Amino acid sequence: MTTVASTGGPVASAPGRPAPSSPGSTPSNFVGKPRYGEFAIRIILRIAAGITVITTIGILIALLIPSLGFFAEVPVWDFLFGTRWAPRFADASFGVIPLVTATAWTTFLALIVAIPLGLGAAIFLAEYASPRLRKVLKPLLEILAGIPTVVYGYFALQFVQSTVLREWLQLETGAFSVLAAGLVMGVMIIPTIASISEDSMSAVPQAMRQGSAALGANRMQTTLRVVFPAALSGIVAAVVLGVSRAVGETMIVAIAAGNQANLVTNPLQAGQTMTGFIANAALGDSRVGSIEYDTLFAVGLLLFIITLAINFISIRFVRRFREIY
Amino acid sequence: MARIGSTLAGTIRPERPIASGTNGERRPAALAFLVVLWLSLLVAFGVLVTLIITIIIDGQGQFTWRLFTEFPSSDPDRAGARPAILGSAWVIATTAVMTIPLGIAAAVHLEEFADKKNWFNKLIELNVQNLAAVPSIVYGLLALAFLTMLNVRDKNIVIAGALALSLLILPVIIIATREALRAVPTEIRQGSLALGATQWQTTWRQTLPSAVPGIATGSILALSRALGEAAPLLVLGALVFVSFDPNGILSGYTTLPIQIFNWTGRPQEGFHQLAAATSVLLLGVLVLMNGLAIYIRNRFQKRW
Repeated sequence: MTTVASTGGPVASAPGRPAPSSPGSTPSNFVGKPRYGEFAIRIILRIAAGITVITTIGILIALLIPSLGFFAEVPVWDFLFGTRWAPRFADASFGVIPLVTATAWTTFLALIVAIPLGLGAAIFLAEYASPRLRKVLKPLLEILAGIPTVVYGYFALQFVQSTVLREWLQLETGAFSVLAAGLVMGVMIIPTIASISEDSMSAVPQAMRQGSAALGANRMQTTLRVVFPAALSGIVAAVVLGVSRAVGETMIVAIAAGNQANLVTNPLQAGQTMTGFIANAALGDSRVGSIEYDTLFAVGLLLFIITLAINFISIRFVRRFREIY
Repeated sequence: MARIGSTLAGTIRPERPIASGTNGERRPAALAFLVVLWLSLLVAFGVLVTLIITIIIDGQGQFTWRLFTEFPSSDPDRAGARPAILGSAWVIATTAVMTIPLGIAAAVHLEEFADKKNWFNKLIELNVQNLAAVPSIVYGLLALAFLTMLNVRDKNIVIAGALALSLLILPVIIIATREALRAVPTEIRQGSLALGATQWQTTWRQTLPSAVPGIATGSILALSRALGEAAPLLVLGALVFVSFDPNGILSGYTTLPIQIFNWTGRPQEGFHQLAAATSVLLLGVLVLMNGLAIYIRNRFQKRW
């Protein structure tokens, strides 16, 4: 938004400002007096922004150092492609595939729920709802976003799993299931997807809708052919943010998906996700420097790399399809 | 139009009126589309209502004053969430103090001062987008490693939890603030600059005040996210039996979400009811915070 060339910062040879009394009478050279306060503020702001970079570097270091200790004992290949996860057994095995399958299942199920419902809600709010209706519905939807994941976890375990799946539908499932966790997680992600997509559709200039309407399109056509493509970058960003929230979501899966690391082939099975493992392992008292402690960070590193990769894909996509008005 | 057409000549007969007045809004496809949109909202709200009813029914037996005044206990009929309530208050207050000024400063830098072509600012932009999507539990691991590096033995202290939560919501606040700043029209800035204000004076006296409602809304929503967050604190060992009132930033603590997690995981039905009752309490607080944020947005936000 910086539209005017930078004026702040001390200028070494700046002469005193011309007397402010009668503008126009003295020729101005348009150079202000040096403003050291302004310069200091800029530095402070820059440092504040820099802290975000320090955070990322901190995350990388925090995850990498214990992970190196871990991979000194467990070959990377065994970790990435091993199919048995039993870090606390006597014959310990560190194959992460079971955790990855559980994460993939919960994420997949969550997206099946969240993408259609989230986009539907977003389109309704952005294109159809009257301002009055929108003022009521949007906050309600945001309440859904504000519900703590631990409460969703309780709901997934006590209602979806034990009441709906087991009592009402009579499905053959145990106390925990990836299905219950994934479905509830999908509901959790709806507002994330809806809110960001709606913002991005609302940001499409009204003139484009008017142009479309003037050519005879109805609101559905305008929405799907004009507004949706114009807002696509924001919508993709919303969905991808939803994916990384699903991958990184911890409490719902820690409560409702179960604690045994199975190779999940069927959503009715229990399974431990990557995040579920970290949460559960952290409960036990693991000595700093022990293999249990390092395992936390190795799984954390994998989780971080996966979400980072998803994110870069999204950012590239957004750049490519971005339309600027 | 249609009438004129029919009086002109009988030979020109459009199959349907040229201008129907509804502009095709009542075609079956358009109506079906609208129904689908309505349904997606209904499903979302249906789950919300079901969730609230479930926890209210489950928790009604245990939602008493005891929840506010008693400490946790091995007997569900004597247990309360007093230390968790105080712990949550301490952690969130510390988080707010640490993160809101920082987030606003970073956003102002990015939106008002940064040269968008500078590599450092590009890096920060990309980085904030990435941080926003880093799983919350990773921030717990970050804080855990940081405390280990400082040789802090007891990691279950308020400031440690607040550190993890601050870093977690920092990108949320930055993004919300940037959006609020971006919504302020360029003309406001140009007007101020044209009157001789410096860039910081323009930011401080024109842009930021106009963006305050958006920033406040974003900050409150970010804090309510932090209040409901349990995963990073779990990694830092907040799942402990606290039988005292947390009373400072170096005090031990547990929080409401951790207490709910703890009680949900117990086998006895009584603890599940306690978890539901505590969830009702937590939701009540969050609804108040969300309500405040929405009130600020609707009451004070300018439409340019």
